[in-house]
Amino acid sequence: MSSRDTDWDGVRLHVVTGKGGTGKTTVAAALALALAAEGRKVLLIEVEGRQGIAQVFDLPPLPYEERKIAVAPGGGDVYALALDPEEAMLEYLEMFYGMRRTGRALSKLGIVDFATTIAPGFRDVLVTGKTTEAVRRKGKNGRRIYDAVVLDAPPTGRVVRFLNVTNEVAGLARVGPIKNHADLVSGVVASPETAVHFVTLLEEMPVQETLDGITELRRAGLPAGGVFINMVRGSLLPEAALDAAAAGRFDPAELALGLKAAGLAEGGSGTAVAEALAQEVTEHARRAELERQERTSLDAADRPRYELPLLSDGVDLAGLYELAETMREQGAA
Amino acid sequence: MVKNVPVLDLDAIIDDPGTRIIVCCGSGGVGKTTTAAALGLRAAERGRCAVVLTVDPARRLAQSMGLSELDNTPRLIKGVEGAGTGKLYAMMLDMKRTFDEIIEAHADPERARQILTNPFYQSLSSSFSGTQEYMAMEKLGQLRRSGEWDLIIVDTPPSRSALDFLDAPERLGRFLDGRFIRMLTAPAKAGGRSAFKLLNAGFGLVAGALTKLLGAQVLKDLQTFVSALDAVFGGFRTRAEQTYKLLQAPGTAFVVVAAPERDAMREASYFVERLAEERMPLAGVVINRVHRSPAAVLSAARSTAAAEDLESRGEHELTSAVLRLHADRMQLAAREQREQDHFTSAHPTVPVARVPAMPGDVHDLDGLREVGTLLAAQ
Repeated sequence: MSSRDTDWDGVRLHVVTGKGGTGKTTVAAALALALAAEGRKVLLIEVEGRQGIAQVFDLPPLPYEERKIAVAPGGGDVYALALDPEEAMLEYLEMFYGMRRTGRALSKLGIVDFATTIAPGFRDVLVTGKTTEAVRRKGKNGRRIYDAVVLDAPPTGRVVRFLNVTNEVAGLARVGPIKNHADLVSGVVASPETAVHFVTLLEEMPVQETLDGITELRRAGLPAGGVFINMVRGSLLPEAALDAAAAGRFDPAELALGLKAAGLAEGGSGTAVAEALAQEVTEHARRAELERQERTSLDAADRPRYELPLLSDGVDLAGLYELAETMREQGAA
Repeated sequence: MVKNVPVLDLDAIIDDPGTRIIVCCGSGGVGKTTTAAALGLRAAERGRCAVVLTVDPARRLAQSMGLSELDNTPRLIKGVEGAGTGKLYAMMLDMKRTFDEIIEAHADPERARQILTNPFYQSLSSSFSGTQEYMAMEKLGQLRRSGEWDLIIVDTPPSRSALDFLDAPERLGRFLDGRFIRMLTAPAKAGGRSAFKLLNAGFGLVAGALTKLLGAQVLKDLQTFVSALDAVFGGFRTRAEQTYKLLQAPGTAFVVVAAPERDAMREASYFVERLAEERMPLAGVVINRVHRSPAAVLSAARSTAAAEDLESRGEHELTSAVLRLHADRMQLAAREQREQDHFTSAHPTVPVARVPAMPGDVHDLDGLREVGTLLAAQ
């Protein structure tokens, strides 16, 4: 570990969730970069078969294999793994039972498909099992292979069920090896080594889902992490102008003068442009007011918060590094 | 900018009495549910007797329609205007309830009890990743068969893989026809002795492995569940196939909902292609949350240059801030346009409707009505 203090020292498993459309995968990817900075080694895992990691890093589809995909600022490695439940099951069978061939036979018979169809709890326990195995894995020197593991988890609505595997599996298997495996998994997931982070936008629905998700997580005894507010638009306007605009009192006259001074009022178009811009300012101010309300709502969660700027050119590789840097500045990593 | 993109005329679709089903699909977080509800309200106010079937548990939607909560039964929405006899109903899919009702309706009481209390059934009915999609199809079929509504608007689940709800019947079929299920049910229904023996030999091997993995009780529960369910599922699949055919019929219109962002537009492309593959009738694409500027005559470049000029002179601080704000907005609009162009150049014949971004969320019928007006005004 570096000498810097972060909000999550001691956390080895960072689970990232969020409502659809909030940029969960992007945030997970940037967090992995931030955590790997200055010579550390981080594994980024995705579980939903979307190849989202490959897309944000602009890479061809990733195989079921831990593979180095990026170098972090100041030297440090990000590895990625696109988890596939079927492969995870075969690996599990081999690792714990030495049943590779039986595994292949089960797979051929459609058993894995069957198991994931009828009991998603099994699927989840395989996926979280592989994840926690990577968290616990040690090298020859007895130290952990990865300094941290970042899991791009299912969306907010499903994440507690996904992580609460013991509970899910308990209904189906009260005893037996799957149950033991689930217990091992929950030993990691419910420990202080884990933090479940939420990604949200400053909009009503994602904020509400975040608050509901945190409540649900706490009720299940799982460790809530931070809240990443994504795509924040900085306000360029002075507070007083925003307040006036929000109240519908923004005066375009001063703007018209300014436009004239800037040489944008040719042919007497200054007033019309000023009025159109004033309308834009009013819309912006209303939105800023709503965002302020959503920030206040998020106070109820009482979690560390990080603000990530909206990248005006969209998210590319450079944008990911920029987000990672912002996270480090704010103490998220 | 791609020229001559056909316009999606949603009024023509909801006014056509031949349109009986509208399916709104799209990735999560693009305003699909709001679009479905707004279309429902507009259709009702233009004289249709419409029902909106949503899978979104957000209470906000219910409240915007004047209900404290939506449940598994269509509820009449008050406050619908318009001169005609139109009505609007809304309901939220309760997948477990819908599943339970099917079991209760199609199995004798003893078998129904066996199924309903089985741990595998409980897991399947509350968390099978395809159950929600499947039950949405089932409910759609029920609503259609009831004949009480002349227009059904469905908001599909925000699926992980885009068209899970279309795949659900096939997945269920594969699940039930799979060799594994046949093995599990074989001892109970095998007629010929040799078939029984053959299957049983295979079953012994698999059962051994599974027992090792899951424990004996799990396997026993599983077997009970499968044989109990097997008897019920025949009718299940037939109806799923009927609903699938219904979706392909001319009375159905698929509306793909998107937002002008890369991921959402990529998903929209995928939906459009999948619908074509499945020969499902696509009406068009609705692109929500499009940013426009009332001052579009002023380009981002000129705006930025003017702001720099003012800043260097130390004059008109407010104006330079507003100009920067405007430049940001124009850049956002340009980026959104590029994402839309990617889509329209790949799918030049797909009609598109655009809805401008609104500052806040929809909270009431007036808000839904406004969205409806924007949807129609293309």
